[in-house]
Amino acid sequence: MLNFIIRRSGISVLTLFFISFVIFMLLAMAPGDPTASLPLSIPAEVKAAIRESLGLGQNPFVRFVKWFYAFFWIEPMYTIEQLTGLNTYWDQQRIISFQSRSPVMDIVWQRIPQTLWVVGLGYLVGTLIALPIGVISAYKQYSWFDQIGTFISMVGFSVPTFFTGVLLIVIFSVNLGWFPSIYDTTLVVDSWANFVKQVKQMVLPVSVLALYNAAQISRFMRASMLDNLNQDYVRTARAKGLGEKAVVLVHVMRNSMIPVVTVIALGVPTVFSGAIITEQVFKVNGLGQLLITAIQANDIPMVQTLTVIFAVLIILFNLIADVLYGVLDPRIRYD
Amino acid sequence: MTDKTVTQQDIAASASRSQWWDVWAQFRTHRGAMIGAFVFLLIVFGILLGPWLWSTDATFIDIRAKNARAISSCFSQDWGMIGRCLADPISMKAETGLKVYWAHPLGTDQLGRDNLARVIKGGQVSLAVGVTAMLLALFVGTLVGVLAGFFKKLDGLLMRTTDLFLALPLLPLLLVMFMLFRDTLNSNFGPEMGAFILMVTAIGITSWMPTARIVRGDVLAIKEREFVLAARSIGTTNSKLIMRHVLPNVMSPIMVSATLGIANAIITESALSFLGLGFPPDFPTWGRLLFDSTDFLVSYPERVIYPGLAISLTVLSVNYIGDGLRDALDPRIRGR
Repeated sequence: MLNFIIRRSGISVLTLFFISFVIFMLLAMAPGDPTASLPLSIPAEVKAAIRESLGLGQNPFVRFVKWFYAFFWIEPMYTIEQLTGLNTYWDQQRIISFQSRSPVMDIVWQRIPQTLWVVGLGYLVGTLIALPIGVISAYKQYSWFDQIGTFISMVGFSVPTFFTGVLLIVIFSVNLGWFPSIYDTTLVVDSWANFVKQVKQMVLPVSVLALYNAAQISRFMRASMLDNLNQDYVRTARAKGLGEKAVVLVHVMRNSMIPVVTVIALGVPTVFSGAIITEQVFKVNGLGQLLITAIQANDIPMVQTLTVIFAVLIILFNLIADVLYGVLDPRIRYD
Repeated sequence: MTDKTVTQQDIAASASRSQWWDVWAQFRTHRGAMIGAFVFLLIVFGILLGPWLWSTDATFIDIRAKNARAISSCFSQDWGMIGRCLADPISMKAETGLKVYWAHPLGTDQLGRDNLARVIKGGQVSLAVGVTAMLLALFVGTLVGVLAGFFKKLDGLLMRTTDLFLALPLLPLLLVMFMLFRDTLNSNFGPEMGAFILMVTAIGITSWMPTARIVRGDVLAIKEREFVLAARSIGTTNSKLIMRHVLPNVMSPIMVSATLGIANAIITESALSFLGLGFPPDFPTWGRLLFDSTDFLVSYPERVIYPGLAISLTVLSVNYIGDGLRDALDPRIRGR
């Protein structure tokens, strides 16, 4: 197992290197020039100097190596220094955004809490709803609960989040006026009234994401439970006189959770990038909104860093899912 | 004697039933899939025949009728007024300020363009993008899958590439591709064609991976079967072997991928248009209409509903068709 984890991590690091390289080269090929929007009256040599100051003078390979070193070495070292006070960073050059001229990672750290709160809570709520629905749907297959449950999950899975989001805004903020349609990130939770406000503004985005994720996970949970319910060990458990509760919740559920847990792990990164849309609908200024504004402003270091962060998440959770599968299911041995 | 004739008749009857007839019989038992197929065909016919049935042009500007409400907003009036509003909507304006016309059943936008015509036009674009991108993804996926499954030498390389593509953050990457190539393509092919080419290519090359994996798995299993060995022993060349013996046997997963691919492509197209990075503003697609309408969400909520409903119904029906096809093409379920 340890051998497998080491080999698998090695492959992950290689994949990560390759993906960052591909994204970097794609962006370096970009015909869009960050100095293109400057006034035409600026002389050519000044423009060249501006390009030089943005770090665009070198050839793309040198820039890539420098960016890679900055992202994977200098930035973690800076974070360690901020957290522990040890002297690990030595004032090296960090990645600077074209837009704001401040370090990219500082802005990213500012945006992470909003994204994590909304997206993370949406995923958590979705998972918590999906598991019992999947279990009951499978246990009572073809009952009215199952029919309605599978229909709702099909709808939740098919209807895009930008439509459910807008629909919820029309119903609950335009017509009923219960919840605000815009997420206010400047709100500081310091009193009960503000806490209620915070909860209110989180209800809509969280429920949109929760519906979408619950739909996907409950389909998996139902299928996985159905696979296990007809197995011989379930008959054995019933034959030796165990109650239905113990059979379903302990024996069947534990075995059905194995593929579902990996699906949940694999879903985390797609939720992050999928939340770009939800953040846009509810005007949450999280990571997704940061990416959109960076793309519109031709802010290449920001776009590069954010895309690679999404790639890191995908690769990391793929690795976690693979390892989890091996840990949870003793029949699977990677050798 | 009688027994024998009956069996012969049986054989004759069963021989006339082809495999696809069986698939259709199984597909018909799936209620959701049948409803889905019906709704999908209805949408497709509505979009294709729409311009003949509803002759208003999607770009015609009727500035006097701008910001008209949909005819359904008559139902928000008092009970007594609903009948009058439906019978003679123009007279409502003087009394209640409600601006509705039978000439624009879904209302008009802020420039006075007819929403129904725009939804029809947008549907043509969205479906065209969906189908073309699906075909491209299917072609690439099948090619990679068959090559990787059939030729052992290519397997490692192709499958590592597939893994690599699967690890790419797709939505951010699509956005980046739009930022990079939109201007170049727009200047070469015009804004509409440029966006279409970019959209189809971008969606196609980022969604072939699941098909490739499934096809490879099936090809690996089929390659070891006796009929392939038999075909090889009489000297069939590799290309003939793939075209005549392997491909027809992997049609089922390819067809299921095709239906799911349409749904995926339509959602991706609308998502990109919704983020403002798809087609140019005056060129309607369902996602673009939805995006443009969110600015008028408070005053004209119905403008958001129609394109959104169109996207959702299409994707939902396609997903149901996919579910039914998967059951129908699975020989373990078929005939039960």
